[in-house]
Amino acid sequence: MKAAVVTFPGSNCDRDLAVAFERAGFEVSRVWHKDTALPAGTDVVGVPGGFSFGDYLRCGAIAAQSPIAAAIRSHAGRGGYVLGICNGFQVLTEMQLLPGALMRNAGLKFICKTIGLQVATTDSAFTNDYAKGQQIAVPVAHHDGNYTIDAEGLAALHAEDRIAFTYTNNPNGAAADIAGVLSANRRVLGMMPHPERVVDPNTGGTDGAALFASLMGGMALA
Amino acid sequence: MKARVTVMLKSGVLDVQGEAVRHALGTLGFAGVNGVRQGKVIELDLAETDKTAAEAAVKTMCDKLLANTVIESYRVELI
Repeated sequence: MKAAVVTFPGSNCDRDLAVAFERAGFEVSRVWHKDTALPAGTDVVGVPGGFSFGDYLRCGAIAAQSPIAAAIRSHAGRGGYVLGICNGFQVLTEMQLLPGALMRNAGLKFICKTIGLQVATTDSAFTNDYAKGQQIAVPVAHHDGNYTIDAEGLAALHAEDRIAFTYTNNPNGAAADIAGVLSANRRVLGMMPHPERVVDPNTGGTDGAALFASLMGGMALA
Repeated sequence: MKARVTVMLKSGVLDVQGEAVRHALGTLGFAGVNGVRQGKVIELDLAETDKTAAEAAVKTMCDKLLANTVIESYRVELI
């Protein structure tokens, strides 16, 4: 299985994301925001965290218009997998590959700490190695993670079981405690917490490893 | 031709920064500020000289980039 990890000016944890994919058995290539195509045979695209383009205008707004974004859009349109973490989640909502938007945290502060998540659905290639309702500890590091969606959109997420993760103790005011959501075809996941930061016991935990292992297993079956 | 775009959060969307500003105004002793909404103003200097074409172009720019229409509304003025 092949993963491609995108780097924008201002990305961070892109290398961590590449390592997390590698450890799960993916062959990983790195792509630059000016690239107009993904490497041939890419199965999953990782859109990392950080502060692409300095968060100018809105978080993720400029990155969503970059040349690689067009390639990611085609990849998703073909049914390809996409994982957006933190700023990557913001980029995917700006691209409207995922519904809703990420607004300034309700407490207005940048939050950088490990928080509790609950696995809200196991019906996705990203989450099927977890148990439904399982609680995991994953770090967040964001200023704009307050997930906002209109009532109709939220009802659809609930009805279609597209909420992947919820916060056990909502840190940022997100609607319905939402930490991560899936696309309608369940192949695009955006989440504010950083699972790639918890794939090694030496650096704070391993609760994120199952996401990458799950994806590897799920895609091998598909 | 110049255009001024005003981008505001839609009325149903809670503006946490505006709320913080309102609170700070109250702390400073400004009574009776019932609400604060914070937005942004973007000024564009355009080569286009036709008003209708300029307005249409700026609206497209707003829909594609300048505003996130999921949460924001915008107003275009030609100046």
